[in-house]
Parts: sequence; structure tokens; C-alpha cells
Amino acid sequence: MQLHELIKQDIRYKEALNACMNCGMCTAVCPAAEFSDYDPRILLNIVQSQDDDALEKLLKSDYIWLCGQCMSCKTRCPRGNVPGLMINVLRRYSQELGYFTESRRGRQQYALHKVLNGNVLGQGYCIVPEAVKPELHPEQGPVWEWVYRNKEELYDRVGANLHKPGAGVLRQIDSGSLAELQAIYDQTGATEMGKKIEDFSVKKAEQLGYDTDDEDGMEKYFMDVYQGKI
Amino acid sequence: MQNLYTVSKDYRKEIADDKYYYARSCIRQNFFPGSEVTFLNILKKDLDRDVFDDPKHTTCTGIAYHSDVIPFDTIQTVVARHFALMSENGYENFIASCVTSFGMYIEITETWKHFPEQLELIREHLKKATGREFMIPKNIAHTSDIVYKYRMRIAEQMKYPLVNAKTGQPLKVVDHIGCHYAKMFPDKGEGGAEFTQVLQGMIKAWGGATVDYPERRHCCGFGFRQYLVQANRGYSVSNSKKKFESMQPYEPDLIVANCPGCAMFMDRWQYTLNEMQGTRYGASDTMIPVLTYEEMAGLVLGYDPWDMGLQMHQVDVTPLLDKMGVKYDPDGKYRTRTGRPIGSYTPQQSR
Repeated sequence: MQLHELIKQDIRYKEALNACMNCGMCTAVCPAAEFSDYDPRILLNIVQSQDDDALEKLLKSDYIWLCGQCMSCKTRCPRGNVPGLMINVLRRYSQELGYFTESRRGRQQYALHKVLNGNVLGQGYCIVPEAVKPELHPEQGPVWEWVYRNKEELYDRVGANLHKPGAGVLRQIDSGSLAELQAIYDQTGATEMGKKIEDFSVKKAEQLGYDTDDEDGMEKYFMDVYQGKI
Repeated sequence: MQNLYTVSKDYRKEIADDKYYYARSCIRQNFFPGSEVTFLNILKKDLDRDVFDDPKHTTCTGIAYHSDVIPFDTIQTVVARHFALMSENGYENFIASCVTSFGMYIEITETWKHFPEQLELIREHLKKATGREFMIPKNIAHTSDIVYKYRMRIAEQMKYPLVNAKTGQPLKVVDHIGCHYAKMFPDKGEGGAEFTQVLQGMIKAWGGATVDYPERRHCCGFGFRQYLVQANRGYSVSNSKKKFESMQPYEPDLIVANCPGCAMFMDRWQYTLNEMQGTRYGASDTMIPVLTYEEMAGLVLGYDPWDMGLQMHQVDVTPLLDKMGVKYDPDGKYRTRTGRPIGSYTPQQSR
């Protein structure tokens, strides 16, 4: 199937694009356009050109990974187009086709998948305090480091229910609910998507000379994409 | 210009009165756990509302979705499970603590209106995966909408207004709404995306003055993958820096944030920018304290700052407490409720 025909199958495509007239309002308000080479106007123009070669190049590039998903473009577009939503469509197919490993920012999806899906399926949260390690988050400052080192006492002090059964802040999510999340992942394609991200990443890691037979090899790949070294 | 700040009828949202199913926030629970405790205390004790805190409720997966590591069908089905839990417990009004979640709940229910076949597909997914069935909520609101709705009742019980206790002048408060509250669906946010009222209404009702600075509506810079991946954090801090520089000439006393992620970034990036370049953005070379709206409401009502977790902020809030004339125990800041020190040292806050 032609690439443009493929991406049009995502229902979000229909919500995101109705004949962009290239006015540039989205670019004017876009934070990513201000702080990087990203331009949502150009992005939509490439998509509506229906040029498969240009689309493939886009899906293999850093470009689609620069958007910050603030969706300010949605508010401003006089035609109701949503470049930020089109980004979700393009990122989906970049991962389904394995193109994401061709760019430095695309390769970061491996780290995001491992951390976020690991947290969701393991603990029922996208973020957990244990994952915000001070050595990887110097910007969190000395107070967070103190919170991190003393979390049981401190979360209890402010009325949370950290990792304990029952209701409340940061409660332990029961095994039945976690099993339901896993079943939803299996049913709706998230498990398959995660496997694709991992398989394509291992293949790229091998190409780049990482020892993927060794657990430490993929751990090093994880840290290198997370820290932007490759 | 006053008319610009009244709520247009196009942007006045319906907010349910009572009987809420509460959906917690991943980020708020991690970084501002006392805020969610305070919210429930205010609703139950001060406002006598019925709110259900469900242990079976999980993440909505919004951060994973906006980081593009799960399909759209997955988050729709997780959200459908939340709606099923709400119905099973006898509730119809859904309230979300997280702005990202709130945006997703709206986006998903709007998608189902535009694509009814998608709604049927998600019903099938949920049934197959969990055996559950769901009803779409009668009303969906962000938790700040509820505080906004009852702002005048809170004002009636107010102990410490948003006023400088020494000068009698209103505190100058910067509000930060968070992009996904109203930018995607302006009619779902009180006041819309341009003149959002949800925090402004609280500030005015409680005696403060709002600061209308040029970059008021600019993103904090979270950007999901742009913060979560260490290599990309320059994007995140650059956006907050732009906001701080824009608000600096107005010398705000306080920043209050709607979105839990934004509150965390406005707090932490002030510390980071000071470490990077020695800058501070408040009056007289000080940092600007940052509160969540639950913390602001709690302070106004006379809640203990350390019970609410204000010692977990990087930017020290005690200058603000002193300005408001709040009575607090300085020795209790880093101690348990029984007075035992938490940890072997006290952390260095920023001022």
C-alpha cells in the first residue's frame, strides 16, 4: 500500500487535516518552532502533498519527534487543523514501519517505551517516585533528592498511602487491576507495538555495534539514546 | 477592557454540583501528594460533597500516549474502563486531577461523537479484555473546576486572604492554566483558551490580583518526550524561561498552576535556571513561590502548610506564608507528625 494511503487509515488523520492553506498561524504559536528547526506548517504541507518519498523521508527524520504536544496549534488554526495530532499519526507509522530507528530522536522511543510501559504495566502509574532518580534528574534539585531518600516517612507525613493496599495517593494498584491493564494492552495492540519498538531497536543496536546478546548491551543502548549519545 | 475578562456564554461550562468519581493524577501524586489529600479534605469537610476515591482506578496512560508508545485504541479502552468503574460505583460525574487526563477524557468522548463506530469498537475491546461495560459520564470536569465552582463558599470560610498582611495590598498572582485544559477544546474550559477563568476566578474571590503578562498562555515546556528523555530537556527549560522573563517585570508574589506537571516545572526550572545562569525572576532578586490551586485554597482556608506538603517544593514558600500572615510551625517543616526529624539532614530550598 502507498504510504499516504496507509497513514490516512488512522481516524486522527481526518480530525487533523482539512486542506491546510499554509497561513502559518500554527508555526507562529508553536513552542517547538521557536526552540528548534520544527515547523508545523511545513509538516502539514508535506502530508497533504501525498508525496510518498517525502513522507518516508519525514518518518525517518528527527523532524516528527520535535513537537511537544502542547496542541497550541489546535487553538489557533482558522480551519481547525491539528498538526500536533498529525504528529501522533506520523509517529505511529514511523514505529510500525521501523523508520524511527533511523533518527537520533526517533531512537529515544526505546527508552520511553521501556520506562513508561514498564511503569504502567508493573505499577499502574505512568510515573512513580522510584523512577525519578536524582542522578538522572539533577534539575529536580536538592529537595526532591531529600524526598526521594525519605519517601516512606514523607509521603506518610502528607497523608499519602505509598505502595499500600486501599485507596489514597500512590496506593498499591491491586493485581486484578494490573491484569486488566495487561489484557487491554494485549487486546488493543499496545503489546504488539511495544514488541515492534523493542525488535527494531535491537536490530539498530546490532547495526551500531552493541552486544545485544548481553543484557548490559541493551542497557547501554537505553542510556545512550536517553542521553542523546547516538 | 473589563468585558474581555467576563465569561462569554460560549465558554461557560456546565460543572456538576455533587457526587463525583475522582480520577487521580500520576504527576500530582508523585510531586504534590498533599494537594490531592487537601482537595478531598476541602470537598468532604469544608464543602460537604460526595466524592468517591476508587482504589481500582489506574493511570489513564496519557503520558504514554502523548509520548507515542501506546496506540490510540489503548488509551481509549483504559479510559473506558475508568468510566465502567464510575458507573459500577453508582456515579455519573467524572472529575480528573490531571490536566493531561482531562484533555484525553474530552478528546476521547469527542472522538466517539464524531466516529460512533469507534465507540462501538472500544466497547468491544473493553468487554473482551475485562468483561466490563461502560456509560459515558453525564459531566466531565477538571478538579479545579469544582474549586472554582465553590470559590465563593470557600471565600466565606476564608482565614487568610491573598493579601499582603502588612500593607493590605492584594497579592500579585500569576496563573498558569496548562495547555490541555482548554487549548484543544476551548468550550470545555471555563472562559475558553484565551481568557480562562478557572484560576482567575479563585484568585479574585480570595482577595488577590491577577497578573496579565504577555506569555501568560505559553506552554510550560513539559513536552512529554521533551522532558522525559534527558537529552531533550533544553526544550522544556527554554519554554519556562520564556515565561519567567515575561512575568518578571510585574514582580509577582506567587505563581499558581492548574496542571500538576506545570506546577512542578515552574518550581524546578527556577532552581535550574539559577544554577545555570544565576538568575531569579521575582522582586528584589528572589524566586517566585509556586502553588497548586489546591494548596492555594488550603492556605486560604487555614490548612497547615506542612500537612499539605509545601516542604516538598524546591522554591521555599515561607516568604509567601509570612507575606500572607499565615501562622505555621517553622520547626515542623521537616518533621513527622510526632515531631521526629525526617531523614538525617534538612534539604536546601531555593529563595
